[in-house]
Amino acid sequence: MLKTFPKGGVHPPENKLTSSEQIKRLPVPKMVYVPIAQHIGIPAEIVVEAKEKVGIGQVIAKSGAFVSSNIHSPVAGMVTKLDMIVDSSGYKKQCIVIRTDAKNESNFQEVEYPLEKEIELSPKEIMQRISDCGIVGLGGATFPSHVKLNVQDDKKIDCLIINGVECEPYLTADHRLMLEKSQEILMGIKILMYALNIDRAIVGIENNKKDAIALFKKSTASEKGIDVAALQVKYPQGSEKQLIRALLKREVPKNGLPMDVGTIVHNVGTIFAIYEAVQHNRPLMERVVTVTGKKMESPSNYWIKIGTPIKDVIAGAGGLPEGTRKILNGGPMMGKALKNTDVPITKGTSGIVLIADEEADRGETKNCIRCGECVSVCPMGLEPHLLMNLSEKGMFEMAGQEDILTCIECGSCSYVCPSHRPLLDYIRFGKDVTKKLETSKN
Amino acid sequence: MDSIPKIIVSASPHVHSDKTSKKIMYDVVIALVPAFLVSLYVFGLNALIVTAAAIVSCLLFEYLIQKHLLKTNVTISDGSALITGILLAFNLPANLPIWMIVAGSLIAIGVGKLSFGGLGFNIFNPALVGRVFLLVSFPVAMTSWPTAMENTTTLTDAVTGATTLGILKDGLQFGGTIPELSAQLPSNTDLLLGITGGSLGEMSALALLLGGVYLIARKVITWHIPVAVLATMALMTAIFWLADPEHYANPVLHLLSGGAILGAFFMATDLVTSPVTKKGMVIFAIGIGVITVVIRLFGSYPEGISFAILIMNAFVPLINKYFKPRRFGSKIKAKIV
Ligand code: SF4
Ligand code: SF4
Repeated sequence: MLKTFPKGGVHPPENKLTSSEQIKRLPVPKMVYVPIAQHIGIPAEIVVEAKEKVGIGQVIAKSGAFVSSNIHSPVAGMVTKLDMIVDSSGYKKQCIVIRTDAKNESNFQEVEYPLEKEIELSPKEIMQRISDCGIVGLGGATFPSHVKLNVQDDKKIDCLIINGVECEPYLTADHRLMLEKSQEILMGIKILMYALNIDRAIVGIENNKKDAIALFKKSTASEKGIDVAALQVKYPQGSEKQLIRALLKREVPKNGLPMDVGTIVHNVGTIFAIYEAVQHNRPLMERVVTVTGKKMESPSNYWIKIGTPIKDVIAGAGGLPEGTRKILNGGPMMGKALKNTDVPITKGTSGIVLIADEEADRGETKNCIRCGECVSVCPMGLEPHLLMNLSEKGMFEMAGQEDILTCIECGSCSYVCPSHRPLLDYIRFGKDVTKKLETSKN
Repeated sequence: MDSIPKIIVSASPHVHSDKTSKKIMYDVVIALVPAFLVSLYVFGLNALIVTAAAIVSCLLFEYLIQKHLLKTNVTISDGSALITGILLAFNLPANLPIWMIVAGSLIAIGVGKLSFGGLGFNIFNPALVGRVFLLVSFPVAMTSWPTAMENTTTLTDAVTGATTLGILKDGLQFGGTIPELSAQLPSNTDLLLGITGGSLGEMSALALLLGGVYLIARKVITWHIPVAVLATMALMTAIFWLADPEHYANPVLHLLSGGAILGAFFMATDLVTSPVTKKGMVIFAIGIGVITVVIRLFGSYPEGISFAILIMNAFVPLINKYFKPRRFGSKIKAKIV
């Protein structure tokens, strides 16, 4: 029996059109738009000025707080201006605009470092590198990695979990990375085990990526303490809490963190970035992005520089197909629909999915028939129909008592509702208000 | 900005399963077809007339009330009034006068459903509301059953027979014992196939089971309610039967008669009026089983599952409140430093 989490979940059509597409490179963009808030926490502080020349990997915005992260220039060029532009959240955010220097060779030579197997830094230095290089969680949550790795003294971590689940339909960036950079990822795991002083790690991969499972099983066969676990294909298994439950049978307490149950979860993309940072001192300036859609000319996975406008990315993958109705930053279950394609790729962008006409229809909202489908698919054990009702009626106090804040916004409830009720829309709204109410009370 | 024609911006998720409430409703209709065919075979044209009358009047009342009285959207195409019509018909004797059927439909749709606010807001199963109304208002007409196979060709009322449970109740009341009554009772095979007296839809246990299995296979309902209702009934009747087989019928007879299967698979499982969690469903179903058996064995009315379902319908809000799903992470207290 394959492992999985016990309660709830759905299985949307996978549509992984790009599983066998090798990661390609797009031409270096002429302009990059690098937001200073690409992570959860406090935005970094800009340390460059307009007209200033910058080199590849130069820090252009510095983290000034603990929960914050450095931002580096992904290209060599000149800062043209500091501007406010709309990012994937739909809000205007401060952003550093850099024109790529077309003559600068370093822009076009991709450095491929050899695999580095010797860990030379001390645990402390490793943590510093991770922090300096601006590594954040690449699975989508963009939590600064050095913060996640900062284990409080009273907590004991006994197992590192590597998230290779990639349960969102359409997305294959992590899958390809696992196939193409398995050795580097393996080293990244060892670096973290050494830095955290733990002797156990589990790589969790869903069973729809059998090649990745086989590859990792083979390459970890002689590694002590590193296991590979095949997981049943079920959304939202990539959510930390569900993944920990599936692999370790431990349940992260309400309002708690993975650390509370002795584990830390890192996405495979993050592990690769950590490897590059620690062994090659390479900051996070690019990432793998799945660019896909049923009508796209050449859907594939691409290495993309942070700050590249999404329109350049789509153009590079064959252009915007006729009949595109939605442009998603992320997968179809949790991604954000964008208003336009000027929005830049950031550290948290795992995919650009173009949704065609036929798929975009949301269906007419009907009365709740109390079928209980939303209740049975909610992985957090919530009652979405009730939470929607309470939010609609403005009964936020009660919504709080019904644990609305523990909703992980996976969207499984909206996905299954036969009456097409916009459950998560209302729950999100209810969460916002409830959170404000609770903070104002404390 | 690149302007893209007709770009839609909405919140996630951006995909949807292909389940719709309409599909669910029509699956229920499909599941009821085998039982309808059996009743057509047993009661002939009468079955068709009763069913048609109930369906047409349910749809019509829903239309008229929504359009002219409530002035809201007309929702007769969602399939729910159609189901109410069929289920109401299935709970009626095949020779019930049409005007009574129309009255029952009015109560089912008007009182049972629309007075609560329409589909999704009703507490009681509308078809059962209609049925119980008719039962209380016209007890004689509602308990005069045309004997099976007597009038497959004519529309005239034939000899009125009794239902299995009716025979039992009356027989036992006048001091009979089960072995003495057994000659009058239909065999288990007859009950299974549907050659017996009773309302339209409770004829063939086999046809109903077929529909029930279809609903479970299509994931419209889960096994929890039907299995728990029938298991509870079986267990309770078995205890009495084992203690005193002279005065208590065996569980098989109980399960195959008196609409137990119809109720367990099609009435108790009504999505709107049953609990939302599996735990809640089991509690609800056990309640129905217990009440049904108590009414059958100790009440003055031979059948009972309709009343049992309505009674338990009333407890559903309470069940939903107290049998919540277990929240993830609630097992342990969070240690927040
Ligand atoms: S899935 Fe939709 S119709 Fe069913 S209970 Fe939830 S909100 Fe109501
Ligand atoms: S309520 Fe939240 S956690 Fe539960 S299914 Fe809906 S989105 Fe997911």
